Amino acid sequence: MFDFFFQLHPVIQGLAKGLAVIMVIFPLAGACSLAERKVSAWMQGRPGPNRAIVPWIAWIPLLGVFLQKLGVFHLMSDGGKLLFKEEPVPGHVNKFYFILAPALAIMPAFTTVTVVPFGAYFDAAGAAIPLVLADVDIGLLAVFAVSSLGIYSLILAGWASNSKYPFLGGVRASAQLISYELAMTMSVIPVFLWINAPGQPGTMSLAKAVEFQSLPGFWGGSWFILLMPLSALIFLISLFAETNRHPFDMAESESDLVGGFHTEYGAFKWSLFFVAEYSHMIIGSGVFVLLFLGGWNPLPWVPLSTAAQLLGVAGLPLVVGVLSIVIFLAKVVAMVFFFMWVRWTVPRFRYDQIMKLGWQKLLPLSIANLLFYAIAIAVIQK
Amino acid sequence: MAVIPLERKPLTFAERTYLPQIASGLWTTFKRIFQPQVTLSYPEQRPAIPPGYRGVPTLVRDPNGREKCVSCQLCEFVCPPKAIRITPGEIPADQADRAHVEKAPQAFDIDMLRCIYCGLCQEVCPEEAIFLQNQYSLSGYTREEMVNHKDKLYELGGTIPDQHYKWDQKKTAAEHGNTH
Repeated sequence: MFDFFFQLHPVIQGLAKGLAVIMVIFPLAGACSLAERKVSAWMQGRPGPNRAIVPWIAWIPLLGVFLQKLGVFHLMSDGGKLLFKEEPVPGHVNKFYFILAPALAIMPAFTTVTVVPFGAYFDAAGAAIPLVLADVDIGLLAVFAVSSLGIYSLILAGWASNSKYPFLGGVRASAQLISYELAMTMSVIPVFLWINAPGQPGTMSLAKAVEFQSLPGFWGGSWFILLMPLSALIFLISLFAETNRHPFDMAESESDLVGGFHTEYGAFKWSLFFVAEYSHMIIGSGVFVLLFLGGWNPLPWVPLSTAAQLLGVAGLPLVVGVLSIVIFLAKVVAMVFFFMWVRWTVPRFRYDQIMKLGWQKLLPLSIANLLFYAIAIAVIQK
Repeated sequence: MAVIPLERKPLTFAERTYLPQIASGLWTTFKRIFQPQVTLSYPEQRPAIPPGYRGVPTLVRDPNGREKCVSCQLCEFVCPPKAIRITPGEIPADQADRAHVEKAPQAFDIDMLRCIYCGLCQEVCPEEAIFLQNQYSLSGYTREEMVNHKDKLYELGGTIPDQHYKWDQKKTAAEHGNTH
Protein backbone atom coordinates (compact mmCIF):
# COMPACT_ATOMS: atom_id res chain seq x y z
CA MET A 1 0.00 0.00 0.00
CA PHE A 2 2.83 2.39 0.81
CA ASP A 3 5.19 1.00 -1.81
CA PHE A 4 5.18 4.26 -3.76
CA PHE A 5 6.86 5.96 -0.79
CA PHE A 6 9.78 3.54 -0.79
CA GLN A 7 10.25 4.01 -4.52
CA LEU A 8 10.91 7.74 -4.07
CA HIS A 9 14.38 9.17 -4.13
CA PRO A 10 16.04 8.74 -0.70
CA VAL A 11 16.51 12.49 -0.39
CA ILE A 12 12.79 13.11 -0.93
CA GLN A 13 12.00 10.34 1.54
CA GLY A 14 14.28 11.98 4.06
CA LEU A 15 12.69 15.37 3.50
CA ALA A 16 9.22 13.89 3.93
CA LYS A 17 10.26 12.21 7.17
CA GLY A 18 11.85 15.39 8.43
CA LEU A 19 8.70 17.34 7.64
CA ALA A 20 6.66 14.67 9.38
CA VAL A 21 8.81 15.04 12.49
CA ILE A 22 8.37 18.80 12.51
CA MET A 23 4.63 18.54 11.86
CA VAL A 24 4.14 16.07 14.70
CA ILE A 25 6.64 17.07 17.38
CA PHE A 26 6.18 20.83 17.10
CA PRO A 27 2.43 20.78 17.86
CA LEU A 28 2.96 18.04 20.44
CA ALA A 29 5.51 20.19 22.24
CA GLY A 30 3.09 23.11 22.08
CA ALA A 31 0.34 20.92 23.45
CA CYS A 32 2.68 19.92 26.26
CA SER A 33 3.18 23.54 27.24
CA LEU A 34 -0.58 23.96 27.35
CA ALA A 35 -0.94 20.73 29.31
CA GLU A 36 1.67 22.02 31.72
CA ARG A 37 -0.42 25.14 32.36
CA LYS A 38 -3.57 23.10 32.72
CA VAL A 39 -2.08 20.43 34.99
CA SER A 40 -0.45 23.02 37.21
CA ALA A 41 -3.77 24.83 37.44
CA TRP A 42 -5.65 21.72 38.46
CA MET A 43 -3.07 20.87 41.07
CA GLN A 44 -3.36 24.36 42.52
CA GLY A 45 -7.16 24.47 42.56
CA ARG A 46 -7.45 26.82 39.59
CA PRO A 47 -9.35 26.32 36.34
CA GLY A 48 -6.35 27.29 34.22
CA PRO A 49 -6.54 28.77 30.70
CA ASN A 50 -10.18 28.54 29.65
CA ARG A 51 -11.09 31.65 27.67
CA ALA A 52 -9.85 31.51 24.09
CA ILE A 53 -12.34 30.19 21.55
CA VAL A 54 -12.73 30.28 17.80
CA PRO A 55 -16.15 31.78 16.91
CA TRP A 56 -17.31 29.01 14.59
CA ILE A 57 -16.46 26.39 17.19
CA ALA A 58 -18.33 28.36 19.84
CA TRP A 59 -21.46 27.69 17.76
CA ILE A 60 -21.21 23.94 18.44
CA PRO A 61 -23.45 23.50 21.51
CA LEU A 62 -21.67 21.32 24.07
CA LEU A 63 -18.36 20.46 22.46
CA GLY A 64 -17.48 24.12 21.93
CA VAL A 65 -17.84 24.99 25.59
CA PHE A 66 -16.01 21.83 26.60
CA LEU A 67 -13.07 22.62 24.35
CA GLN A 68 -13.05 26.20 25.57
CA LYS A 69 -12.94 25.09 29.20
CA LEU A 70 -10.17 22.66 28.29
CA GLY A 71 -8.24 25.61 26.90
CA VAL A 72 -7.23 23.95 23.64
CA PHE A 73 -7.48 27.21 21.69
CA HIS A 74 -4.93 28.84 23.93
CA LEU A 75 -2.48 26.66 22.04
CA MET A 76 -3.29 28.60 18.88
CA SER A 77 -3.40 31.97 20.58
CA ASP A 78 -0.10 31.34 22.37
CA GLY A 79 1.55 30.10 19.22
CA GLY A 80 0.19 32.99 17.19
CA LYS A 81 1.33 35.48 19.76
CA LEU A 82 4.85 34.09 19.93
CA LEU A 83 5.07 33.90 16.16
CA PHE A 84 4.00 37.46 15.43
CA LYS A 85 5.56 39.19 18.41
CA GLU A 86 8.35 41.66 17.91
CA GLU A 87 11.71 39.91 18.16
CA PRO A 88 13.97 41.95 20.36
CA VAL A 89 17.71 41.34 20.08
CA PRO A 90 19.52 43.13 22.91
CA GLY A 91 22.37 45.38 21.85
CA HIS A 92 25.00 43.72 24.01
CA VAL A 93 24.74 40.20 22.63
CA ASN A 94 26.79 38.36 20.07
CA LYS A 95 24.12 38.35 17.38
CA PHE A 96 25.28 35.35 15.37
CA TYR A 97 25.50 32.94 18.29
CA PHE A 98 22.50 34.51 19.97
CA ILE A 99 20.32 33.63 16.99
CA LEU A 100 22.08 30.33 16.38
CA ALA A 101 21.36 29.01 19.88
CA PRO A 102 17.58 28.42 19.56
CA ALA A 103 18.06 26.73 16.20
CA LEU A 104 20.72 24.54 17.75
CA ALA A 105 18.31 23.67 20.55
CA ILE A 106 15.69 22.44 18.11
CA MET A 107 17.96 20.36 15.89
CA PRO A 108 19.07 17.62 18.33
CA ALA A 109 15.62 17.50 19.86
CA PHE A 110 14.02 16.77 16.51
CA THR A 111 16.82 14.52 15.30
CA THR A 112 16.51 12.07 18.18
CA VAL A 113 12.87 11.46 17.29
CA THR A 114 13.92 9.66 14.14
CA VAL A 115 15.60 6.78 15.97
CA VAL A 116 12.86 6.24 18.55
CA PRO A 117 10.46 3.48 17.45
CA PHE A 118 6.85 4.38 18.17
CA GLY A 119 4.94 1.26 17.22
CA ALA A 120 5.13 -2.12 15.57
CA TYR A 121 3.18 -4.48 13.34
CA PHE A 122 3.57 -8.14 12.51
CA ASP A 123 4.46 -9.38 9.07
CA ALA A 124 3.13 -12.61 7.58
CA ALA A 125 5.77 -14.64 9.42
CA GLY A 126 4.71 -13.17 12.76
CA ALA A 127 7.89 -11.18 13.30
CA ALA A 128 7.48 -7.72 14.80
CA ILE A 129 8.50 -4.92 12.44
CA PRO A 130 9.08 -1.69 14.43
CA LEU A 131 7.73 1.56 13.09
CA VAL A 132 10.65 3.94 13.16
CA LEU A 133 11.85 6.69 10.86
CA ALA A 134 15.51 5.65 10.89
CA ASP A 135 16.01 2.05 11.99
CA VAL A 136 19.64 2.30 13.05
CA ASP A 137 21.14 -0.50 15.07
CA ILE A 138 22.86 1.81 17.55
CA GLY A 139 19.40 2.96 18.68
CA LEU A 140 19.79 4.19 22.21
CA LEU A 141 23.39 5.24 21.67
CA ALA A 142 22.19 7.59 18.94
CA VAL A 143 19.56 9.02 21.28
CA PHE A 144 22.14 9.65 24.01
CA ALA A 145 24.72 11.04 21.60
CA VAL A 146 22.43 13.43 19.77
CA SER A 147 20.23 14.56 22.64
CA SER A 148 23.32 15.52 24.64
CA LEU A 149 24.15 17.98 21.87
CA GLY A 150 21.15 19.96 23.07
CA ILE A 151 23.27 21.28 25.91
CA TYR A 152 25.41 23.20 23.43
CA SER A 153 22.46 25.42 22.67
CA LEU A 154 22.06 26.24 26.37
CA ILE A 155 25.74 27.06 26.79
CA LEU A 156 25.74 29.03 23.57
CA ALA A 157 22.64 30.97 24.60
CA GLY A 158 24.11 31.68 28.01
CA TRP A 159 27.42 32.78 26.57
CA ALA A 160 26.12 34.78 23.63
CA SER A 161 23.69 36.68 25.84
CA ASN A 162 26.68 38.46 27.39
CA SER A 163 24.92 38.95 30.68
CA LYS A 164 25.40 37.44 34.10
CA TYR A 165 22.25 35.44 34.74
CA PRO A 166 22.19 33.66 31.38
CA PHE A 167 25.87 32.91 31.77
CA LEU A 168 25.34 31.33 35.17
CA GLY A 169 22.39 29.40 33.77
CA GLY A 170 24.49 28.04 30.94
CA VAL A 171 27.31 27.01 33.25
CA ARG A 172 24.93 25.28 35.62
CA ALA A 173 23.17 23.52 32.77
CA SER A 174 26.41 22.11 31.41
CA ALA A 175 27.63 20.98 34.84
CA GLN A 176 24.31 19.33 35.57
CA LEU A 177 24.12 17.52 32.27
CA ILE A 178 27.63 16.14 32.55
CA SER A 179 26.95 14.97 36.11
CA TYR A 180 23.83 13.03 35.25
CA GLU A 181 24.88 11.71 31.85
CA LEU A 182 27.15 9.16 33.53
CA ALA A 183 24.56 7.77 35.93
CA MET A 184 22.00 7.68 33.13
CA THR A 185 24.20 5.67 30.79
CA MET A 186 25.31 3.30 33.55
CA SER A 187 21.73 2.65 34.56
CA VAL A 188 20.66 1.34 31.14
CA ILE A 189 23.65 -0.94 30.61
CA PRO A 190 22.00 -3.83 32.59
CA VAL A 191 19.09 -3.75 30.14
CA PHE A 192 21.39 -4.22 27.19
CA LEU A 193 23.49 -6.79 29.00
CA TRP A 194 20.30 -8.77 29.39
CA ILE A 195 19.26 -8.30 25.76
CA ASN A 196 22.62 -9.09 24.23
CA ALA A 197 23.00 -12.74 25.12
CA PRO A 198 26.46 -14.15 24.40
CA GLY A 199 26.91 -15.65 20.97
CA GLN A 200 24.40 -13.37 19.27
CA PRO A 201 24.98 -10.25 17.21
CA GLY A 202 25.03 -7.28 19.57
CA THR A 203 22.48 -4.51 19.38
CA MET A 204 21.55 -1.25 21.08
CA SER A 205 18.19 -1.12 19.32
CA LEU A 206 15.27 0.15 21.35
CA ALA A 207 12.88 -2.05 19.40
CA LYS A 208 14.94 -5.02 20.54
CA ALA A 209 14.42 -3.95 24.14
CA VAL A 210 10.67 -3.98 23.58
CA GLU A 211 10.91 -7.36 21.90
CA PHE A 212 12.56 -8.76 25.02
CA GLN A 213 9.65 -7.48 27.09
CA SER A 214 7.17 -9.28 24.81
CA LEU A 215 8.55 -12.79 25.20
CA PRO A 216 6.40 -15.59 26.61
CA GLY A 217 6.92 -16.80 30.16
CA PHE A 218 7.16 -15.06 33.50
CA TRP A 219 10.63 -13.57 33.04
CA GLY A 220 10.20 -12.88 29.34
CA GLY A 221 6.90 -11.07 29.64
CA SER A 222 7.67 -8.86 32.58
CA TRP A 223 8.67 -5.29 31.89
CA PHE A 224 12.18 -4.22 32.75
CA ILE A 225 10.91 -1.85 35.43
CA LEU A 226 9.92 -4.98 37.36
CA LEU A 227 13.17 -6.81 36.62
CA MET A 228 15.43 -3.80 37.21
CA PRO A 229 13.58 -1.29 39.39
CA LEU A 230 16.76 0.44 40.54
CA SER A 231 17.93 0.94 36.96
CA ALA A 232 14.55 2.40 36.10
CA LEU A 233 14.66 4.74 39.09
CA ILE A 234 18.16 6.02 38.34
CA PHE A 235 17.29 6.43 34.69
CA LEU A 236 14.12 8.33 35.58
CA ILE A 237 15.89 10.69 37.96
CA SER A 238 18.64 11.29 35.43
CA LEU A 239 15.99 11.89 32.79
CA PHE A 240 14.53 14.66 34.90
CA ALA A 241 17.99 16.18 35.22
CA GLU A 242 18.82 15.77 31.54
CA THR A 243 15.63 17.44 30.40
CA ASN A 244 16.17 20.30 32.86
CA ARG A 245 12.84 19.64 34.48
CA HIS A 246 11.93 20.49 38.03
CA PRO A 247 13.29 19.69 40.56
CA PHE A 248 16.50 19.89 38.51
CA ASP A 249 15.80 23.14 36.69
CA MET A 250 19.24 24.60 37.26
CA ALA A 251 19.50 25.90 33.70
CA GLU A 252 16.43 28.06 34.14
CA SER A 253 16.10 28.67 37.87
CA GLU A 254 13.37 31.25 37.59
CA SER A 255 13.65 32.02 41.28
CA ASP A 256 17.35 32.82 41.48
CA LEU A 257 18.53 33.42 37.88
CA VAL A 258 15.54 35.32 36.43
CA GLY A 259 15.21 32.93 33.50
CA GLY A 260 18.64 31.35 33.32
CA PHE A 261 19.97 30.83 29.84
CA HIS A 262 16.94 32.35 28.12
CA THR A 263 16.75 35.55 30.16
CA GLU A 264 17.62 37.71 27.14
CA TYR A 265 15.37 35.85 24.74
CA GLY A 266 11.88 36.74 23.69
CA ALA A 267 9.15 35.91 21.22
CA PHE A 268 9.75 33.05 18.81
CA LYS A 269 13.37 32.37 19.74
CA TRP A 270 12.28 31.89 23.33
CA SER A 271 9.48 29.58 22.30
CA LEU A 272 11.93 27.49 20.27
CA PHE A 273 13.82 26.76 23.50
CA PHE A 274 10.61 25.58 25.01
CA VAL A 275 9.64 23.44 22.07
CA ALA A 276 13.10 21.88 22.37
CA GLU A 277 12.67 21.31 26.09
CA TYR A 278 9.28 19.71 25.69
CA SER A 279 10.38 17.56 22.77
CA HIS A 280 13.31 16.37 24.87
CA MET A 281 10.75 15.53 27.51
CA ILE A 282 8.56 13.63 25.04
CA ILE A 283 11.53 11.72 23.63
CA GLY A 284 12.87 11.00 27.10
CA SER A 285 9.46 9.66 28.11
CA GLY A 286 9.40 7.60 24.93
CA VAL A 287 12.81 6.09 25.66
CA PHE A 288 11.79 5.33 29.24
CA VAL A 289 8.60 3.66 28.04
CA LEU A 290 10.51 1.60 25.49
CA LEU A 291 13.22 0.52 27.89
CA PHE A 292 11.33 -0.04 31.11
CA LEU A 293 7.59 0.14 30.53
CA GLY A 294 7.21 -2.43 27.80
CA GLY A 295 6.97 -0.10 24.80
CA TRP A 296 3.81 -0.89 22.86
CA ASN A 297 2.79 -3.90 24.95
CA PRO A 298 -0.47 -3.05 26.68
CA LEU A 299 0.21 -4.78 30.02
CA PRO A 300 3.00 -6.78 31.64
CA TRP A 301 2.79 -10.39 30.47
CA VAL A 302 0.28 -9.32 27.78
CA PRO A 303 2.36 -8.55 24.68
CA LEU A 304 0.97 -6.74 21.67
CA SER A 305 0.60 -9.97 19.64
CA THR A 306 -1.61 -11.51 22.33
CA ALA A 307 -3.66 -8.34 22.60
CA ALA A 308 -4.12 -8.28 18.83
CA GLN A 309 -5.32 -11.88 18.89
CA LEU A 310 -7.74 -11.16 21.73
CA LEU A 311 -9.18 -8.23 19.79
CA GLY A 312 -9.30 -10.32 16.63
CA VAL A 313 -7.18 -7.97 14.54
CA ALA A 314 -4.04 -10.12 14.37
CA GLY A 315 -4.28 -10.48 10.59
CA LEU A 316 -4.49 -6.75 9.88
CA PRO A 317 -1.02 -5.18 10.07
CA LEU A 318 -2.43 -1.67 9.67
CA VAL A 319 -4.80 -2.01 12.63
CA VAL A 320 -2.11 -3.63 14.77
CA GLY A 321 0.25 -0.80 13.84
CA VAL A 322 -2.27 1.86 14.83
CA LEU A 323 -3.07 -0.05 18.03
CA SER A 324 0.60 -0.20 18.95
CA ILE A 325 1.05 3.51 18.28
CA VAL A 326 -1.99 4.31 20.43
CA ILE A 327 -0.70 2.18 23.31
CA PHE A 328 2.77 3.67 23.04
CA LEU A 329 1.48 7.25 22.86
CA ALA A 330 -0.82 6.65 25.83
CA LYS A 331 2.17 5.57 27.89
CA VAL A 332 4.21 8.53 26.69
CA VAL A 333 1.39 10.91 27.61
CA ALA A 334 1.20 9.30 31.05
CA MET A 335 4.94 9.80 31.45
CA VAL A 336 4.70 13.44 30.35
CA PHE A 337 1.94 13.90 32.89
CA PHE A 338 4.24 12.36 35.48
CA PHE A 339 6.94 14.88 34.55
CA MET A 340 4.48 17.73 35.13
CA TRP A 341 3.07 16.11 38.23
CA VAL A 342 6.53 15.95 39.79
CA ARG A 343 7.25 19.53 38.75
CA TRP A 344 4.24 20.84 40.65
CA THR A 345 4.93 18.65 43.69
CA VAL A 346 8.63 18.62 44.49
CA PRO A 347 10.47 21.79 45.48
CA ARG A 348 13.66 22.67 43.62
CA PHE A 349 17.01 21.37 44.69
CA ARG A 350 19.83 23.72 45.50
CA TYR A 351 22.79 23.63 43.12
CA ASP A 352 25.11 21.86 45.56
CA GLN A 353 22.39 19.33 46.36
CA ILE A 354 22.10 18.52 42.68
CA MET A 355 25.84 17.97 42.38
CA LYS A 356 25.85 15.86 45.54
CA LEU A 357 22.95 13.74 44.36
CA GLY A 358 24.50 13.23 40.96
CA TRP A 359 28.08 12.42 41.88
CA GLN A 360 27.86 11.03 45.41
CA LYS A 361 24.59 9.15 45.28
CA LEU A 362 23.41 8.25 41.79
CA LEU A 363 26.78 7.49 40.21
CA PRO A 364 27.97 4.98 42.88
CA LEU A 365 24.49 3.54 43.00
CA SER A 366 24.38 3.03 39.26
CA ILE A 367 27.83 1.42 39.29
CA ALA A 368 26.78 -0.94 42.09
CA ASN A 369 23.59 -1.66 40.20
CA LEU A 370 25.58 -2.41 37.06
CA LEU A 371 27.92 -4.76 38.92
CA PHE A 372 25.04 -6.59 40.56
CA TYR A 373 23.19 -7.12 37.30
CA ALA A 374 26.37 -7.99 35.39
CA ILE A 375 27.08 -10.80 37.83
CA ALA A 376 23.45 -11.88 38.01
CA ILE A 377 23.09 -11.93 34.22
CA ALA A 378 26.38 -13.78 33.85
CA VAL A 379 25.12 -16.45 36.25
CA ILE A 380 21.70 -16.74 34.58
CA GLN A 381 22.86 -16.69 30.97
CA LYS A 382 25.88 -18.96 31.47
CA MET B 1 14.01 28.95 81.79
CA ALA B 2 11.54 26.53 80.42
CA VAL B 3 13.75 25.10 77.75
CA ILE B 4 12.65 21.72 76.53
CA PRO B 5 15.50 20.00 74.75
CA LEU B 6 14.09 17.96 71.91
CA GLU B 7 16.02 15.05 70.66
CA ARG B 8 16.34 15.23 66.91
CA LYS B 9 16.03 11.71 65.68
CA PRO B 10 18.39 10.61 62.95
CA LEU B 11 16.62 10.13 59.63
CA THR B 12 15.73 6.61 58.70
CA PHE B 13 17.01 5.13 55.48
CA ALA B 14 13.63 5.59 53.79
CA GLU B 15 13.59 9.24 54.81
CA ARG B 16 17.08 9.82 53.49
CA THR B 17 16.12 8.55 50.06
CA TYR B 18 13.29 11.14 49.99
CA LEU B 19 11.24 8.71 47.95
CA PRO B 20 8.39 8.05 50.44
CA GLN B 21 8.11 11.80 51.03
CA ILE B 22 8.00 12.51 47.31
CA ALA B 23 5.39 9.78 46.87
CA SER B 24 3.19 11.26 49.60
CA GLY B 25 3.64 14.70 48.05
CA LEU B 26 2.60 13.34 44.68
CA TRP B 27 -0.46 11.82 46.29
CA THR B 28 -1.34 15.19 47.85
CA THR B 29 -1.13 17.04 44.55
CA PHE B 30 -3.00 14.26 42.77
CA LYS B 31 -5.86 14.48 45.25
CA ARG B 32 -5.97 18.23 44.72
CA ILE B 33 -6.88 17.72 41.06
CA PHE B 34 -10.28 16.35 42.04
CA GLN B 35 -11.08 18.87 44.73
CA PRO B 36 -13.23 21.91 43.93
CA GLN B 37 -11.47 24.89 42.45
CA VAL B 38 -11.24 28.09 44.42
CA THR B 39 -10.92 30.54 41.54
CA LEU B 40 -13.54 33.23 41.04
CA SER B 41 -14.01 33.60 37.26
CA TYR B 42 -14.04 37.35 37.65
CA PRO B 43 -16.07 39.10 34.99
CA GLU B 44 -18.75 36.40 35.09
CA GLN B 45 -18.68 35.83 38.84
CA ARG B 46 -18.45 38.85 41.12
CA PRO B 47 -17.06 38.81 44.62
CA ALA B 48 -19.45 39.29 47.53
CA ILE B 49 -18.85 42.80 48.89
CA PRO B 50 -18.74 42.85 52.69
CA PRO B 51 -20.75 45.52 54.58
CA GLY B 52 -18.71 48.63 55.32
CA TYR B 53 -16.75 48.30 52.09
CA ARG B 54 -15.30 51.60 50.88
CA GLY B 55 -15.82 51.74 47.15
CA VAL B 56 -16.27 54.69 44.84
CA PRO B 57 -17.75 57.74 46.65
CA THR B 58 -21.27 58.48 45.45
CA LEU B 59 -24.03 61.00 46.14
CA VAL B 60 -27.39 59.70 47.32
CA ARG B 61 -30.96 60.91 47.23
CA ASP B 62 -33.43 60.85 50.10
CA PRO B 63 -36.56 58.62 50.01
CA ASN B 64 -38.45 61.45 48.26
CA GLY B 65 -35.95 61.40 45.43
CA ARG B 66 -34.44 64.78 46.30
CA GLU B 67 -30.75 65.58 46.48
CA LYS B 68 -29.51 65.29 50.01
CA CYS B 69 -26.37 67.32 49.49
CA VAL B 70 -26.73 70.93 50.54
CA SER B 71 -23.29 71.91 49.19
CA CYS B 72 -21.89 72.78 52.60
CA GLN B 73 -18.47 71.87 51.19
CA LEU B 74 -17.30 70.12 54.35
CA CYS B 75 -16.27 67.11 52.28
CA GLU B 76 -14.37 69.37 49.93
CA PHE B 77 -12.47 70.86 52.86
CA VAL B 78 -11.77 67.55 54.57
CA CYS B 79 -10.76 65.62 51.48
CA PRO B 80 -7.04 64.85 51.99
CA PRO B 81 -6.04 64.61 48.31
CA LYS B 82 -8.39 67.45 47.31
CA ALA B 83 -10.33 65.24 44.96
CA ILE B 84 -13.72 66.90 45.52
CA ARG B 85 -14.70 70.19 43.90
CA ILE B 86 -18.13 71.67 44.64
CA THR B 87 -19.84 74.69 43.14
CA PRO B 88 -22.69 75.67 45.50
CA GLY B 89 -25.99 76.63 44.05
CA GLU B 90 -29.45 77.84 44.99
CA ILE B 91 -32.59 75.83 44.52
CA PRO B 92 -34.91 77.34 41.92
CA ALA B 93 -38.05 78.79 43.51
CA ASP B 94 -40.40 77.17 41.00
CA GLN B 95 -39.75 73.61 42.27
CA ALA B 96 -42.54 73.02 44.78
CA ASP B 97 -41.33 69.60 45.99
CA ARG B 98 -37.96 71.06 46.98
CA ALA B 99 -39.44 74.16 48.54
CA HIS B 100 -37.93 73.75 52.00
CA VAL B 101 -34.62 72.23 50.98
CA GLU B 102 -31.91 74.65 51.88
CA LYS B 103 -29.44 74.46 49.04
CA ALA B 104 -28.03 72.07 46.43
CA PRO B 105 -24.75 71.84 44.59
CA GLN B 106 -24.68 73.36 41.17
CA ALA B 107 -21.74 71.16 40.26
CA PHE B 108 -20.13 68.35 42.21
CA ASP B 109 -16.99 66.74 40.77
CA ILE B 110 -14.91 63.96 42.30
CA ASP B 111 -11.65 63.34 40.54
CA MET B 112 -11.21 59.58 40.86
CA LEU B 113 -7.58 59.83 39.85
CA ARG B 114 -7.00 61.72 43.10
CA CYS B 115 -9.46 59.93 45.40
CA ILE B 116 -7.79 57.66 47.94
CA TYR B 117 -11.02 56.00 49.14
CA CYS B 118 -10.37 57.12 52.71
CA GLY B 119 -14.05 57.68 53.46
CA LEU B 120 -13.53 60.99 55.32
CA CYS B 121 -16.12 62.70 53.09
CA GLN B 122 -18.71 60.15 54.17
CA GLU B 123 -17.70 60.53 57.79
CA VAL B 124 -17.83 64.32 57.76
CA CYS B 125 -21.06 64.78 55.82
CA PRO B 126 -23.75 66.27 58.13
CA GLU B 127 -26.53 65.45 55.67
CA GLU B 128 -25.52 61.80 55.08
CA ALA B 129 -25.43 62.63 51.42
CA ILE B 130 -22.14 61.07 50.33
CA PHE B 131 -21.42 57.38 50.71
CA LEU B 132 -18.61 55.08 49.67
CA GLN B 133 -20.60 52.21 48.28
CA ASN B 134 -19.96 48.83 46.62
CA GLN B 135 -18.64 50.08 43.31
CA TYR B 136 -15.07 48.69 43.13
CA SER B 137 -14.35 48.55 39.42
CA LEU B 138 -13.69 51.91 37.82
CA SER B 139 -11.81 52.56 34.62
CA GLY B 140 -11.58 55.05 31.81
CA TYR B 141 -9.52 55.89 28.78
CA THR B 142 -8.91 59.58 29.53
CA ARG B 143 -8.39 61.79 32.55
CA GLU B 144 -11.72 63.46 31.73
CA GLU B 145 -13.53 60.15 32.02
CA MET B 146 -12.08 59.59 35.45
CA VAL B 147 -13.80 62.68 36.88
CA ASN B 148 -17.23 61.78 38.23
CA HIS B 149 -19.65 64.65 37.69
CA LYS B 150 -22.83 65.24 39.63
CA ASP B 151 -25.19 63.26 37.41
CA LYS B 152 -22.80 60.29 37.39
CA LEU B 153 -22.46 60.50 41.18
CA TYR B 154 -26.23 60.41 41.68
CA GLU B 155 -26.56 57.61 39.14
CA LEU B 156 -24.01 55.55 41.06
CA GLY B 157 -25.45 56.45 44.45
CA GLY B 158 -29.13 55.80 44.09
CA THR B 159 -31.44 56.31 47.05
CA ILE B 160 -30.70 55.59 50.67
CA PRO B 161 -33.92 54.57 52.47
CA ASP B 162 -33.15 56.47 55.69
CA GLN B 163 -35.88 57.64 58.06
CA HIS B 164 -34.75 61.20 58.82
CA TYR B 165 -37.11 63.13 56.52
CA LYS B 166 -35.29 66.28 57.50
CA TRP B 167 -36.86 68.51 54.85
CA ASP B 168 -40.33 67.08 55.44
CA GLN B 169 -40.00 67.96 59.13
CA LYS B 170 -38.73 71.44 58.20
CA LYS B 171 -41.72 71.83 55.94
CA THR B 172 -44.14 70.65 58.64
CA ALA B 173 -42.52 73.00 61.16
CA ALA B 174 -42.76 75.91 58.75
CA GLU B 175 -46.41 75.15 58.09
CA HIS B 176 -47.05 75.18 61.85
CA GLY B 177 -45.35 78.53 62.23
CA ASN B 178 -41.97 77.28 63.45
CA THR B 179 -43.20 77.12 67.06
CA HIS B 180 -39.92 75.80 68.32
